[in-house]
Amino acid sequence: MGTWDDVDREVRIVDTTLRDGSHAMAHQFTEAQVRATVRGLDDAGVSLIEVTHGDGLGGSTFNYGFSLVDERKLIAAAVDEATRAKIAVLLLPGLGTVTDLKAAADLGAGAVRIATHCTEADVSAQHFGAARDLGLETVGFLMLSHMSSPGDLAKQGRIMVDAGCQCVYVVDSAGALILEDAADRIAALVAEFGDEAQVGYHGHQNLSFGVANSVLGYRAGARQIDGSLVALGAGAGNSPTEVLAATFERLGVRTGVDKDALMAAAEDVVRPFITRLPVMDRSSIVQGYAGVYSSFLLHAERAAERYGVPAHEILYRCGEKRYVGGQEDMIIDIALQLAEERN
Amino acid sequence: MTDTVTAAIVGPGNIGTDLLAKLRRSERIDVRYMVGVVPESDGLTRAAELGIETSAEGADWLLTRPELPDVVFEATSARAHAAAAPRYADAGITAVDLTPAALGPFLCPVVNDEVLDAPNVNLITCGGQATIPIVHAVSRVTPVPYAEIVASVSSRSAGPGTRANIDEFTETTALGIEKVGGAARGKAIIIINPVEPPMIMRDTVFCAIDPDADRDAISDSIHRMVAEVQGYVPGYRLTADPQFDDPRPGWDGAARVAVFLEVAGNGDYLPTYAGNLDIMTAAASRAGELLADKILSGRKAVRA
Repeated sequence: MGTWDDVDREVRIVDTTLRDGSHAMAHQFTEAQVRATVRGLDDAGVSLIEVTHGDGLGGSTFNYGFSLVDERKLIAAAVDEATRAKIAVLLLPGLGTVTDLKAAADLGAGAVRIATHCTEADVSAQHFGAARDLGLETVGFLMLSHMSSPGDLAKQGRIMVDAGCQCVYVVDSAGALILEDAADRIAALVAEFGDEAQVGYHGHQNLSFGVANSVLGYRAGARQIDGSLVALGAGAGNSPTEVLAATFERLGVRTGVDKDALMAAAEDVVRPFITRLPVMDRSSIVQGYAGVYSSFLLHAERAAERYGVPAHEILYRCGEKRYVGGQEDMIIDIALQLAEERN
Repeated sequence: MTDTVTAAIVGPGNIGTDLLAKLRRSERIDVRYMVGVVPESDGLTRAAELGIETSAEGADWLLTRPELPDVVFEATSARAHAAAAPRYADAGITAVDLTPAALGPFLCPVVNDEVLDAPNVNLITCGGQATIPIVHAVSRVTPVPYAEIVASVSSRSAGPGTRANIDEFTETTALGIEKVGGAARGKAIIIINPVEPPMIMRDTVFCAIDPDADRDAISDSIHRMVAEVQGYVPGYRLTADPQFDDPRPGWDGAARVAVFLEVAGNGDYLPTYAGNLDIMTAAASRAGELLADKILSGRKAVRA
C-alpha cells in the first residue's frame, strides 16, 4: 500500500484539526481523540495530518497552556494510527528547538512546518537545515501574513526557500485577509518561487473568508490548503476541511480526498468531543478586524474573567499594539492596564 | 601601582561600543585597548578618537602589548572567544564573556558575584540577565519547581548572530534559570516583534510555587531585587505588581506568580528600546566594577 502522496490531485488538502484545534481544546486532546481523528482523516485520503501542541513543539507552558497529554505521546499515537497519511509537526523557532524536532522525527513524524512571524523568516534557517538533514518534508509558515505587503512577504518566503523549505504558506493567523488580500500575497510568492517551491494557504474564519480565500488562493497558484474538521482551531476556527473538500469537488478541482468520509469524520468523530465549538462571536470577529493572532482568544477570555475587563477590549488593544504570535503574556499585561484604567 | 584596573574590549561592534561608553564613566576601570578585526571600522575609529589604543589585528595584537590589561571584555562571537580564552587565561587576564561561548561559569551580577573568582565568566543571554534575578528573588523565598520566561525584543535589536542560532538563546537561558536562578526546571521563549517605532524589551517571568507559599514575602523579595538591578540598569522596572494565581488544572497542583518587566536601555550608544542589548553591556560593566573591587583590594593587601 502506497502513501496518499501517490494519488493524483490538483491541490493537497492538509488537516490541522489536531494542531490548530489544540487551541480551541485548550490543549486537552486525549490519545483516543487523536487516534480516532487520524483514522478518520487517513481513511478519507488526507495525505498530511498535523499533530502538535497548538503553539508547536515545546508549546506546553504557562504562557500557552499545558498539554493534558504530552505531545510526543500524541505524535507517536498518530504515527501508529496512520497507514497512508504522513504526520506533520509544527515548530516555532524561539519556542521549539532542533532537539524537539529530532525527537519528533524519531517518533516517526514525516514533515515539519516551521513558523515565524511574517517579517522574521531568517530565524528559521537553522531549523530548516536540521529538518532537511533529518529527511523531513519541509513547510514554512509566514504567520500574520496580513501585516506584510505581497512583495515583502515574497522576499521573506525566499529566505525560507533558500534555507531548504519546499512549500511556503501565506498564513492568515488573524483571519484578517479578505479575497484579493490573500490571493495577491499567494500570487506574489508563486511568482517569486517559480518551480523551486510550492505555496500554501492557511485560513481562519474570523471574518468568514477561510474557504473563499482558499479557493481564490488555489486559483492564484496555491497547491496546499489547510483545513480543520468542524473548523476546530484558534479564533473563529479554521477553514473546515470537509467544506474545502466539498467546495473543491463542486469546482471540479481534484483533491484526492473523499468529501463524504470527511463529513462523516467531522460529524461522528470530532464534533462529539469538542468542548467549545469555534464560532464567529464578538471576540473572534474583533481578532479578524483588528488583525490579532487567533490563538489569543482563549487567553483573552481567561484574562477577562480574572481581571473583570471585556475580552474584546483586550483584543482590540492587542491589535493596536501590534503584538505578534507568541506574545500571549502581554494579554495579562493589557488586562491589568485596562483594569487600572477603569478604577 | 595605580588605583585603577586596565581593560580591553575585544569586538568593536554595537555592543562593544556601548560597553565602552559605560566603562568610560567608571572611576576605577581604565579602558586602554579596543580590538577588532576590520581595519578602520566605525567602532575602532570612534574608540581611537577617544584616545584609546586600537588595532584591527585581534587578540594577537592585544596579547603582545607591553602592558597587558587586567580584564578583557569579549564582545565578538562564541567561536572567536573559544579560540582566545585559553590565551587570556595563560596571560593572567580575567575574561568577561558577552558571547554565547559559555566557557566559564554563568554570571548574573546581582545574584552570584562569587563566580568572579573564576578566570572567565559568561554573561548568559540578554533574556537571562533580565529574568534570572526575578527567578532568584522567588527561589530565595520558596522552592521553584519550574520557571518560565518570555522575552520580547524588537526586530531591530535582534542581530544576525541571534537569528542564525535562536536555539542557543532558548537553551542557554533555560540553563541559566536553573543554575543561577535556582529553579528546578527552566524554560525560555523569545519573540521578535517588528513593530515601528520599535518596542522596548519586555520580559515576563512565570514561577510555579507552592499554593501556601508566603506571597507577601515573595512580592517583597521581587521588589527588592528590581531595585538592586536598577542600580546598574536604571530602565529596569515592573509594569505591574507581581500577580499570583491559585492552582489551575494542568499546573500539577502548583500556584503561579507572574512578573511583568520592561527593560529600557540607557541610550549610551544603543537606542533605548534595545534594553536587551543594554542589559548585557550594563551587566558587563557591573561585572567590571566588581572585578575592580576585587583586584584593587587584592593590591592593597599585597602592599600592606
